[in-house]
Amino acid sequence: MISFLSLVLALLAAPLYPGIILKVKAFFAGKKGPPLLIKYYTLLKLLQKGSVYSTSSSFVFTLGPVVSFAAAIFPLCFFPFAGSASLVSFYGDVVLLFYIMGIGRFFTVVAALDTASPFEGMGAAREVFFSTLAELAIFAILILFYRLTGSLSLNDYFHGENIITLAGVSGALIVLVIVALFMVLLTENSRVPVDDPATHLELTMIHEVMILDHSGPDLALIELGAFYKLFFYAAFIIQLIFPFTAPFSILNMLLFFILMALVYVAVGVIESIMARFKMDLVPKFILTSFALVFFAVILTMGVLQ
Amino acid sequence: MDNMLKITNGQAIARASIPLVPFESFFTSLSTFVKNDGYIVQFFAFTEEDKNFILAVVRNSDLYVISTEVGSIFQSLTGQVSEKFHMFEREVAEQYGLRPDGHPWLKMVRYHPNYTGYPDVFDNDYAEEIPGNYSYFQVKGEAIHEVGVGPVHAGIIEPGHFRFQCAGEEVLHLEIQLGYQHRGIEKMLPTMPMKRMPIICEAIAGDTAIGHNLCLCQAIESLAGMQIEPGASITRCIALELERLANHIGDLGALSGDVAFNPPASYFGRIRGEFLNLLQVLCGNRFGKGLVRPGGVAHIMGEEQRQLLRDKLAEITPEIEHVCDLLFTAHTVLARFEHTGTVSKEMASDLGLVGYAGRACGLAYDARVAFPTECYQDLPANSNKVTDGDVNSRAWVRREEIMHSLQLITMLLAKHEALMEEEKAVQTRPVNLAADSFVVTVNEGWRGEVSHAILTDRQGDVQRYKIKDPSFHNWTGLAMSLRNQGISDFPLCNKSYNLSYCGFDL
Repeated sequence: MISFLSLVLALLAAPLYPGIILKVKAFFAGKKGPPLLIKYYTLLKLLQKGSVYSTSSSFVFTLGPVVSFAAAIFPLCFFPFAGSASLVSFYGDVVLLFYIMGIGRFFTVVAALDTASPFEGMGAAREVFFSTLAELAIFAILILFYRLTGSLSLNDYFHGENIITLAGVSGALIVLVIVALFMVLLTENSRVPVDDPATHLELTMIHEVMILDHSGPDLALIELGAFYKLFFYAAFIIQLIFPFTAPFSILNMLLFFILMALVYVAVGVIESIMARFKMDLVPKFILTSFALVFFAVILTMGVLQ
Repeated sequence: MDNMLKITNGQAIARASIPLVPFESFFTSLSTFVKNDGYIVQFFAFTEEDKNFILAVVRNSDLYVISTEVGSIFQSLTGQVSEKFHMFEREVAEQYGLRPDGHPWLKMVRYHPNYTGYPDVFDNDYAEEIPGNYSYFQVKGEAIHEVGVGPVHAGIIEPGHFRFQCAGEEVLHLEIQLGYQHRGIEKMLPTMPMKRMPIICEAIAGDTAIGHNLCLCQAIESLAGMQIEPGASITRCIALELERLANHIGDLGALSGDVAFNPPASYFGRIRGEFLNLLQVLCGNRFGKGLVRPGGVAHIMGEEQRQLLRDKLAEITPEIEHVCDLLFTAHTVLARFEHTGTVSKEMASDLGLVGYAGRACGLAYDARVAFPTECYQDLPANSNKVTDGDVNSRAWVRREEIMHSLQLITMLLAKHEALMEEEKAVQTRPVNLAADSFVVTVNEGWRGEVSHAILTDRQGDVQRYKIKDPSFHNWTGLAMSLRNQGISDFPLCNKSYNLSYCGFDL
């Protein structure tokens, strides 16, 4: 029951946080910024609209938003929020959920290619290339976690007595993981310095350009899916930073949602104090995150002892 | 060069004194001139009594004029002499149906039927929708893909079509096709009553309202023998500098926004508004429309306006320095700006780039220094330190010009205050222009060299009006910037030039 409740809470709260990023960016730019609930308003607005489909697109195009949305919700079902048990959990679920996210991406890409727009093909190529590199970092993290816990389940990582945390014995390694995971978060969620979610320049876009042709409820699904994806990665980082070892309580839950805001503030600060990378620098950035985790994995092998 | 006539910027001359030479001599004189660090200011055709003429105004440290009579076909200078003639010859072919023989890439400029009724050089049927139906330069190969952008763009920019030939992320060639906003201004102006001419010239390019209108007014003043008061001259310079400031600051903000570095984008956006508001203080219009009129200015700058200007400048000058520092010291921004969209000095000189685009490549030409009008001969010149030809240089040139312009305005304000005589506001009234005369005016608009030329007929009516916006030179520079660049750097390169679509399309 608690697991279910926390999942519902997470699903409801996810669109709030991107509003925080906008507020932080507005603060740095000396502006008032949009209201905190802007993303809810946007979703509501989009859901009330109709969708427009190009005559040159096929059923694949309509499939894109639905599948990618489902693939974004899916990982959250496996996530033990604030120390509560996961709603669903089994041995090997982490591998599955990262690949389910991969399926979501696959359908976004296929839908983009279906439009036959030269921009979208370009964006698709970039997205696939960069996320392939990010996958390296993610699986290096999973290897490390396996070595630390002997498990391949999110529930075992973050729920119960023996959890992975910064405060644990292998805390030094987790620092590397947190940094790497934050870099992956920026990449996977198309944030500065990898991508610029606010730009209107199609030629520079990575993710945004792939969804240019989607409109109305389709776009709402894509947006909502993006919020969930970002929420998943942010929650992952928070669970690593702060150990929710105590049995589940309302206080823990509250603390979790407050700490979550920190990740989004960090994203907002980064977007305000640095410019985007040149496109050819992005792979180096992503591979750096892999190198960090890989280093941590080597340390667990006991070679240096 | 001996057969060219040296002329002065904004001084009308009798048409009879313009050297009319045989084409061979025209060809060799221009070849020699252009090859020896000479540049083209105007190169246009006109017809008289069923004969076609081409008139060229060229510059090195002085301005020269030369003309020739041609048949419906003439030998292209682009093919044999210099790329500087490229766009001009295409324009001649389009406007008058005269074919430049041996032109390497004879293609339409703005898509309109020619003025003379000669058979179309490009074999177009203008009853059809031609834009988009043109065959573009193509690169062939398995790994090549073509990206077409525009003419309708995201955001609020003007229409223009960009065709990229790419290998992966790398751009091999960019072809720019404009003309979507062709309004036929050159053809319209001679038919207009004088009262409407300044209003039309202010609308040639909305961001260069002062620059273009100044060129028109100086030309009319020269043809009509009008004198303008020193006070009006100072006000015009201040307006021109305010226009430069507003646009340069806006551009720095936009450059910053394009690399997703938000704070300077917002600050500069706000500061740009402050300068537009100062133009409003001068004349009641944020773009300076309705200020400059033949014979002077339509709004006198009084003590109240001077004080408002002084106070505002004192307030925002430190802010501008601060935000410039913020932008130019951010290493992530420099990583994007440096070595992006580089055009070498040789290339820039071959193409004849003007304005900040040229200065960023090391071509120091500034019309305010070379051919000063109004009170620019008494003002200090600017010099640029960063001239590598990349986006960073174009941004730095803007920064230096902003600081220079702020200094100029302060000096101009002091000068204006020291004036003794009473000023009078002028309104456009019909004046008689000198018959059979020719005048060319050159001013340094914020984007670069703006030039207008007027030919009058025997009755003293405008026979041919020729306009040249700096964008006419510089669009090719943008195309060259993109060679072997990442396609994702295009928006940044484009913004670093910030060229005018409507100023080109006329």
